[in-house]
Amino acid sequence: MSNPTPNTATPDSRTALANDPVELPPAGQVYLARSRVEIVEFFRQKEALVFTLLFPSMLLLIFGAVLNFEIAPGLDFVQYFMAGMVASGVLASGFQNLAITVAIERTEGRLKRLSGTPMPKSAYFVGKMVQVVVVGVATIALLLLVGVVVYGVDLPATAARWATFAWVTLLGLAACSLLGIAFSSAIKNGKSAPAIVTPIALLLQFTSGVFFVFTDLPAWMQNFAAIFPLKWLTQGMRASFLPEFAAQEGAGSFELGKVALVLGAWTIVGMVLCVLVFRWRDRADG
Amino acid sequence: MPTETPPVAQPAKTSAGSPPASVDVAISVRGLRKSYGDNEAVAGVDLDIFRGEIFALLGPNGAGKTVTVEILEGYRRRDAGDVSVLGVDPAKADAHWKSQIGIVLQSQGGDSELTVAETVRVQAAYFANPRPVEEVIALVGLTQKLKAKASSLSGGQQRRLDVALGIVGRPRLLFLDEPTTGFDPEARRQFWELIRQLRELGTTMLLTTHYLDEAEALADRVGVIAAGSIVEIGVPAELGGRHLAPARVRWVEDGQHREETTATPTAVVQALSQRLGGEIPELAVQRPSLEDIYLQMIGEPA
Repeated sequence: MSNPTPNTATPDSRTALANDPVELPPAGQVYLARSRVEIVEFFRQKEALVFTLLFPSMLLLIFGAVLNFEIAPGLDFVQYFMAGMVASGVLASGFQNLAITVAIERTEGRLKRLSGTPMPKSAYFVGKMVQVVVVGVATIALLLLVGVVVYGVDLPATAARWATFAWVTLLGLAACSLLGIAFSSAIKNGKSAPAIVTPIALLLQFTSGVFFVFTDLPAWMQNFAAIFPLKWLTQGMRASFLPEFAAQEGAGSFELGKVALVLGAWTIVGMVLCVLVFRWRDRADG
Repeated sequence: MPTETPPVAQPAKTSAGSPPASVDVAISVRGLRKSYGDNEAVAGVDLDIFRGEIFALLGPNGAGKTVTVEILEGYRRRDAGDVSVLGVDPAKADAHWKSQIGIVLQSQGGDSELTVAETVRVQAAYFANPRPVEEVIALVGLTQKLKAKASSLSGGQQRRLDVALGIVGRPRLLFLDEPTTGFDPEARRQFWELIRQLRELGTTMLLTTHYLDEAEALADRVGVIAAGSIVEIGVPAELGGRHLAPARVRWVEDGQHREETTATPTAVVQALSQRLGGEIPELAVQRPSLEDIYLQMIGEPA
């Protein structure tokens, strides 16, 4: 076989030409395959399981036991904290989860590999979105279970409040996951991703009405938090978990229209940022 | 006489500026250049790789092998030159083109939580007509590891998995970038055997390596690249004119080391023997090894 002239190839590879139309699989098939893989990978990763899925419930367990005071007559802080932790679960499943894993996948060259295959680029993002919804639902379900069983937290009482809970959750997941994917591009080395992303999430949690009653915070802190999605997520969650608290909110109501507007705006910003800054290759890689 | 003619291969479409790609050429490169800052990584490479052949791009680290190959794979943009891979400019490649090539990158794939079978299965989903997953895994010799996590595989096994991912879409052209770097000799031999099997399937392969013996063992033709330029292209046995290379005769005369480079070493030794009266002190006759030739070509002291 080692002669200088063109080698003998099998007949079919010889007659098959580059400009013959090569079929591609239906996009739906690829979306399904990517979604499956993203879900399987998440649930096999111990770090992700602990930090994304279990951590909010662990915080609820600990802080619920420590911060057992009333924020209004007959209203336990844990009910307020529950709304905040559900919002934090949304942030964790969308923003923290994706900012960290996408950065790692980029550093490890897994994104580069994917971009060398005929996989439609959209399939990667569809897979991540499906993962985020599954992880978000699991995280929140666990939180609700712990809240109800351990602290007797009241679940949303009416269908309308469940509907509020649902749209705030979904819009929040959309905004947080797009922002997470976009933010991953700012992380130079995937190994340092958890150390960069976790403090950001903590900072938002402390200033957005998760660990403290939002209206108790200094005005400048409230103004800072109002820029970011988490403050609006917690507010939307309070509308479904403690509707009787409406009068004590800063604006005298839960401002659900504004919640939708801000979360929707962040979703669009996240989408635009993803288009502008998403990279399939690590910066260190040429 | 049947009037029906067999299907005639049509020349591949050429995009503007690309060299005409004939049906027998899988890769055609003319005047390829790529710089990073002041460093000219690829400084004018010309290359033709034919369908069905295994071509090895051989060169030391930093010679421009990976940059060249990644331009051909569509990963990097070039500064200048014409490139045609399967009749298409890789800078304008789409999913249809990508489904005809297989890429085995230099870096490992990271710590996947998926099993070997799952990893190959999801890759197969990107193609309309993939090879059966179990068949590909058997071909690369990982049937025993079907349900093992990809991250639990040894270096050699992971590379086999990378090859499985590269060939599951039935590519017409397979890129292998330094596939055996870091292998122990046994793993290396096994990997070579796999490449030889792929050759039987008619897959065209472009392989980069900095191992001379690897290029010699696998390639139909070898291109030696150094400092961003192709130094020579030839069949391994004739690389650097090795088969015609002069021998070096060394001996000691009058207490001094002498040496002579000659095409006729036997005659030189006979003449020496007569002049020195029989036994020649410290006589040695050396032909350049392929390694000597190679080191000379890439400008390293032998």
